[in-house]
Amino acid sequence: MNEVRTQGRLAETFARLRQQPSATGLVTYITAGDPDLERTEGILLALDRAGADVIEVGVPFSDPLADGPVIQRATERALASGTTLPGVLDLVGRLRAELRPPIVIFSYVNPILRLGPEQFADRCRGAGVDGVLVLDLPIEEAGDFRTLLASRGIDTILLLSPTTTDDRLRRAAALGSGFLYAISRLGVTGARETLADGAEEMVRRIRTVSALPIALGFGISKPEHVREVGKWADAAVVGSALVSVIAEAGASSDLNARVEEYVRWLKS
Amino acid sequence: MFGRRDPDARGYFGAYGGRFVPETLVAPIEELEAGYFAARADQAFRDELDRLLRHYAGRPTPLYEARRLAECVGRVRIFLKREDLAHTGAHKINNALGQALLAKRMGKRRVVAETGAGQHGVATATACALLGLECLVYMGAEDMRRQALNVVRMQLLGAEVRRVDSGSCTLKDAINEAMRDWVTNVTDTYYLLGSALGPHPYPLMVREFQAVIGREARAQILEQSGRLPDVVVACVGGGSNAIGIFDGFMDDAGVRLVGVEAGGERIAPGRHAARFAGGTTGVLHGTRTYVLQDAAGNIELTHSISAGLDYAAIGPEHAWLRDLGRTEYAHVSDAEALEGFQTLARLEGILPALESAHAIAHLPQLVRDLPAGAQILVNLSGRGDKDVQTVMEALR
Repeated sequence: MNEVRTQGRLAETFARLRQQPSATGLVTYITAGDPDLERTEGILLALDRAGADVIEVGVPFSDPLADGPVIQRATERALASGTTLPGVLDLVGRLRAELRPPIVIFSYVNPILRLGPEQFADRCRGAGVDGVLVLDLPIEEAGDFRTLLASRGIDTILLLSPTTTDDRLRRAAALGSGFLYAISRLGVTGARETLADGAEEMVRRIRTVSALPIALGFGISKPEHVREVGKWADAAVVGSALVSVIAEAGASSDLNARVEEYVRWLKS
Repeated sequence: MFGRRDPDARGYFGAYGGRFVPETLVAPIEELEAGYFAARADQAFRDELDRLLRHYAGRPTPLYEARRLAECVGRVRIFLKREDLAHTGAHKINNALGQALLAKRMGKRRVVAETGAGQHGVATATACALLGLECLVYMGAEDMRRQALNVVRMQLLGAEVRRVDSGSCTLKDAINEAMRDWVTNVTDTYYLLGSALGPHPYPLMVREFQAVIGREARAQILEQSGRLPDVVVACVGGGSNAIGIFDGFMDDAGVRLVGVEAGGERIAPGRHAARFAGGTTGVLHGTRTYVLQDAAGNIELTHSISAGLDYAAIGPEHAWLRDLGRTEYAHVSDAEALEGFQTLARLEGILPALESAHAIAHLPQLVRDLPAGAQILVNLSGRGDKDVQTVMEALR
């Protein structure tokens, strides 16, 4: 088992959450650039006001094969508004000083390769990014990339799935930092009515091999889900459900207020 | 000797290949890799596949010397490897039978596949009908329109065809949907990928199931002409028919191996599918290779008159072989492919698939640099019945 990093906003955030056993951390995902980067700025500030503990900023990619329809549509809107990875990093950099929560960049691998992994890592550091999660970069491919990020003080967040073997869990626990992202069910991203049956068991399996904080995601959309997840995991991740709120609010002037209200409700 | 060409343990052909997939798919892909390696070492599995290829799929397919085409092109001998005569009308059946047998051996009862032109979908539906497997084929809305005949064929064979309306509504989007299905239903589902691309072990496995083309063609041309061809030509979408025929000649240093990509309307973003003409290295569908992409790393839309070549990435082994100088690549336009289609129809009485017509269309340019009496082997990867409507519309 590796030593848990004590430096950085992610480590501090999860340490704080662990001191308040009654509180469940809330990790919020949005697709940057949906509906456009200017409004993403307002959304990020609203997430902070509403008490999001970690913000995942999704980078739109043309072929999001791990995502369900809600995030696919958000991605299409973001690309249509001209959003690119460098544009997203610039926005994070501009807002960093105003935002309290740690920022995790959530991306597919190709936009990062196109920019160049080293250039990407430099720009993440420049923007004050705290962690990076690459959906289609399993641990076998992540080695050099993780080193690039680690040398700049940025955490590599690894995904774990119900299909992950115990052997891979141990390797992920040794390589990951910041927190481990547990996928609660097989399939693509998307809000569900109920939590996956095996979610608790999944978190317990990870606990036996790692002291890293665990955030559980895929399918979470309601306060009761968040409270339930809080009984065994450090945080719950809400993605598609929040993206749906943004999609419905769209161009309306109360977009930020609706985002804030939804996140407050989730934490209630 | 060119040497062994298996990818390394992580699935890399040189700098290309690998396994860039979401975590949920890693364990199923490891299971697939172990299942495939066990199957190919199993004589009973190989015998069963050989039996099906011979008595069911109609192998060996003929090698036919196209004399009238050669006369027209000039001063060379041209041999066509007639994959269009294989059951279901294209080389795709070689891979579909191999993988469907593997699915069955691995205890999977449900098969999902993607299809572009519909040839792989038809081959998969056929293999699943034969082996009693449930079959679901994802197909882009645009491809369903231009390959309507194949949609009906798949349905008649008992497969469900699911329409894909995302992105460019073509092959790339069908693969996205098939992978989303697989990630959701990994426990009982086998993903039967149709070309030599995707995460390891697919590029290796598909090549090995298609290598029968090159093995047969090499023996046949030696028997018919007494010597090896000077050039082997094949069209390249994902690259499975090309890698299958190239494989037989890989160690024959004197044999040039030429792949022909889809030049579409012109070499400009969104107007073609020639990865080596407009692409750069990137990752699409789990493999690192040459990809048509924009400055931000988004996959560009592609265009080709041929649905089967209309894809933004090329199989990773092709990228590697090209770097090594072992293979070379050209592209021909939609208009040239149409001309190749008509030429072969009129001179030889063969309607080629529009994909294969790209290889035919490259011949006039190819022979310019060849000495008189040179021998060219063309992989005629599929037949053109499915394309008749597209050709009619294009010629109108």
